[in-house]
Amino acid sequence: MIPAAVYKSLGLDGIFHKVIAGDRLDVEDGLRLFQCRDLVAVGALAHQVRLRRHGRTTFYVVNQHINYSNVCVNGCLFCAFRRRKGEPGSFELTVSDVVAKVQERFQDPITEIHIVGGCHPELRLETFEAMLRAIRRVRPQVHLKAFTAVEIAHFAHLEGLPTREVLLRLRAAGLEMLPGGGAEVFSPRVRRLLCPNKLDGEGWLRVMREAHELGIKSNATMLFGHRETLEERLEHLDALRRLQDETGGFVCFIPLPFQPLNTEVDGARGPSGVDILKTIAVSRLMLDNIPHIKAYWVMLGVKLAQVALHFGADDLDGTVVEEKIGHMAGAESEDFLTREALENLIREAGFHPVERNCFFEAAQASVQAG
Amino acid sequence: MEKGKEIFFNEVLNEGRRVSWDEARRIYREADFHWLGYAAHTIRRRKHPDDVVTYVVDRNINYSNICVCGCRFCAFYRPPGHPEGYVLERSALARKIEETLVLGGTQILLQGGHHPDLPLSFYEDMLRFIKDRYPVHIHAFSPPEIVFFARRERLDTAAVIARLKEAGLDSIPGGGAEILVDAVRRKVSPNKCSAAEWLGVMEEAHRQGLRTTATMMFGHEESLDDRLAHLFALRDLQDRTGGFTAFIPWTFQPGHTALERRPETAVGYLRLLALSRLVLDNFDNIQASWVTMGPKVAQAALFFGANDFGSTMIEENVVAAAGVHFRLSLEEIRRIIEDAGFVPKQRTMAYEWIEGS
Repeated sequence: MIPAAVYKSLGLDGIFHKVIAGDRLDVEDGLRLFQCRDLVAVGALAHQVRLRRHGRTTFYVVNQHINYSNVCVNGCLFCAFRRRKGEPGSFELTVSDVVAKVQERFQDPITEIHIVGGCHPELRLETFEAMLRAIRRVRPQVHLKAFTAVEIAHFAHLEGLPTREVLLRLRAAGLEMLPGGGAEVFSPRVRRLLCPNKLDGEGWLRVMREAHELGIKSNATMLFGHRETLEERLEHLDALRRLQDETGGFVCFIPLPFQPLNTEVDGARGPSGVDILKTIAVSRLMLDNIPHIKAYWVMLGVKLAQVALHFGADDLDGTVVEEKIGHMAGAESEDFLTREALENLIREAGFHPVERNCFFEAAQASVQAG
Repeated sequence: MEKGKEIFFNEVLNEGRRVSWDEARRIYREADFHWLGYAAHTIRRRKHPDDVVTYVVDRNINYSNICVCGCRFCAFYRPPGHPEGYVLERSALARKIEETLVLGGTQILLQGGHHPDLPLSFYEDMLRFIKDRYPVHIHAFSPPEIVFFARRERLDTAAVIARLKEAGLDSIPGGGAEILVDAVRRKVSPNKCSAAEWLGVMEEAHRQGLRTTATMMFGHEESLDDRLAHLFALRDLQDRTGGFTAFIPWTFQPGHTALERRPETAVGYLRLLALSRLVLDNFDNIQASWVTMGPKVAQAALFFGANDFGSTMIEENVVAAAGVHFRLSLEEIRRIIEDAGFVPKQRTMAYEWIEGS
């Protein structure tokens, strides 16, 4: 911890005392932290909160990512992954393709399968139910984290069903958790500019509320560094915090730096290293009711993700094989990291690695047997 | 402990008291990451209260990759007779310099291997060839090259430096320092000059009025104490001469080399960088290494003691040979500096600002 007097000299005295006392920061405080020129001072505050919650534990997961299709009706400008139906480079996996991918990794001690795709114009809910059931049959002990709130709302639209009904049917088919994607930045102004056809922020929060009420936990994300203001980032964090106060269903928050390559966001460059570290730190400080903050190395790069462990993040995500969404937008990270590489990064940063499952429970040896 | 830390903090950071070996050792092993960063940044701000971060527009020109040194950490060299070995033609050298000047470059970094067949006159002719044609600062020949030239010519290094200076050498880059501990050098670069020889060349160059930089390549076979020994050797020499302009640490990149080791991580890099800012109280400038760390971590390094962003590296071959390919334009470098809250200024090798930049 750096000397308390430092915060006084930076004019962050009040925030410092709130953090030490465990009091909630307001949006104004968040703005002052973003505007603070001293990166390390902000990081050190976030680190205090992280140490209080998790000590020197840093989590990682051994997981498999499956993207069932990149065909999408939404056309979000920040996305390099999407294709229209029939467009060169578009793909869609059948249920048996997905099962084959699961079987390919059968020898790996995976605890989580993460499944997301585009908002496909034709794939129906029964296909996704069949997909989950088929995976369950071949790999029953692995947790299924699948379908963003945006996909859930899209399925509901195609079926003419309420989202709650969709969630119930998917849960019955084996769904255990929702990933946090599709949140982007909730600001209607930004969504009109970048993703006007996508489920809006209120809709995203409503699906998450329903999921949490049904006992389905989820993550939450924020895509930052494109067109949004600092205030809009903070409103996003505040909206997540308010919902979490009511439901407690968010497990982990994942700040995602925008990757500009192959996207249609003119002139946007993506956030700088300092901005990414500061955003992670402010997220840790603002989201006092969400247990975990992830430094998603696929988007941050391995080096910055490791540094982020000192700026409020307590999770490095996973071994991740076959990640497509970030890499198609120019993410320069490796395709995967071995368990050994992840553990070394964590140890060399001064933390203790703990393998977790998607609920952040320490992984069981029996599950690791595969 | 806390009390001791406060007194230390005040004496070292506010009053500028020198850090002892034992203190440095304890700080490096025990101080938390944020404290190290904050301490380094405090010293950096005292030395450079203007919030400027400098950079230089230059090009690394490797006049040859033929080398008999065979360092285990190097992916760039080719042994004599190897089909990929080269010595740059004069016309290619001229073209590279012209391109550099067109891009607003002020200097070239000219380095090669230990070529067994080229006489000292080759290097003198090369310097004169450049100086006769181009208004460019020549930052050239690391100490191991100068020691090698001296042995080959059966001259002392002072004479070699004098002749090169006479032919147009403006300053000497700090490469080839690796770790300035002979036990480590014997393991990773057994045929390269000793620590004493490296320091001797720099001392002599400073005595002859040439400024130089100092580097450190870490994260291979050295211990934490070896790293400290390196920093203290540089500090002692700088006390005597004041000739070093900057310290530039970077991490060993293991790709395509004969050393199998996990590379030093970003956190390890930032810790060493911050420690160097604390120990090297007589160095004005510390350079961040975006070439090895990438632009994002290098930007964060501006809060861990670095006040210089290095070179635009119009051309870089040695790190690239180890499989690391970060590229940045002049515009990107300026933006990275500004986004971190600093004022970018182009500089010369002597760390003088180029006005209007």
